[in-house]
Amino acid sequence: MTLREVKELLQAEVIYGEEYLDMEIEFAGGSDLMSDVLAFGKPGILLLTGLSNAQSVRTADIIEAKAIVYVRGKRPASEGINLARKKGIPILSTQYMMYTSCGLLFKHGIPGVSTLQEKKE
Amino acid sequence: MSDENGFSQTFEITGRDFGKAGTVSTKIKEILQEIGIDQGIIRRAAIAIYEAEMNVVMYANRGTLTLRITPDEVNFTVQDEGQGITDIEMAMQEGYSTATDEMREMGFGAGMGLPNIKKNVDKLGIASIPGKGTILELTFYLNEAK
Repeated sequence: MTLREVKELLQAEVIYGEEYLDMEIEFAGGSDLMSDVLAFGKPGILLLTGLSNAQSVRTADIIEAKAIVYVRGKRPASEGINLARKKGIPILSTQYMMYTSCGLLFKHGIPGVSTLQEKKE
Repeated sequence: MSDENGFSQTFEITGRDFGKAGTVSTKIKEILQEIGIDQGIIRRAAIAIYEAEMNVVMYANRGTLTLRITPDEVNFTVQDEGQGITDIEMAMQEGYSTATDEMREMGFGAGMGLPNIKKNVDKLGIASIPGKGTILELTFYLNEAK
């Protein structure tokens, strides 16, 4: 799925990075806890978070996330947007809450980063 | 600065300055990329020093982070003047935390810092005097894949 398709699925607004919308998104993870993001994050991840301070962008840069989607209509402050621009990390904002955002992406084929496999009935 | 034994540079970290928190780690990641250190090592080092920097910002008045690069390793010494760690064994456990609400609002303080650091380094040294401060030594070997 491209970032453009993520944007449409989540009815998201592009806060920064229109030029990156054709990038391919292969997997995603969501958390408001940056220490968890640092622990589970893998390079190339689409990061969903409700934490809108500059630390969220900094954490995304550290783990080499492809893009950030802020949930619940959150928007980063200008410091975060400036850092995202400098680092080339596109930022989207959706009105959906975390659970719904992740659920929609998962339903449309974007897996998470968990190593635990779903049990087959 | 550089000499025949390698490269070293020291960065200041300001305690409780949450606005600037993480800037040293971002800078160091750029330096490691410019030097051409292995991507996997950069990734692990960036996560570990970011957690270490956040610990200084959250729990100390001030600190320094010294980066040293030799032909064999990348090494970081993170030294702070702050409250120190009373029980290092407990602090190494995932979920053990003495964080305040302010720290948690920053997305940190969940008791994952030191465990995250340990997971990413090749060698970890830690010494602390409660009420005085903490020294962390993080080492990444350049010639052995983790």
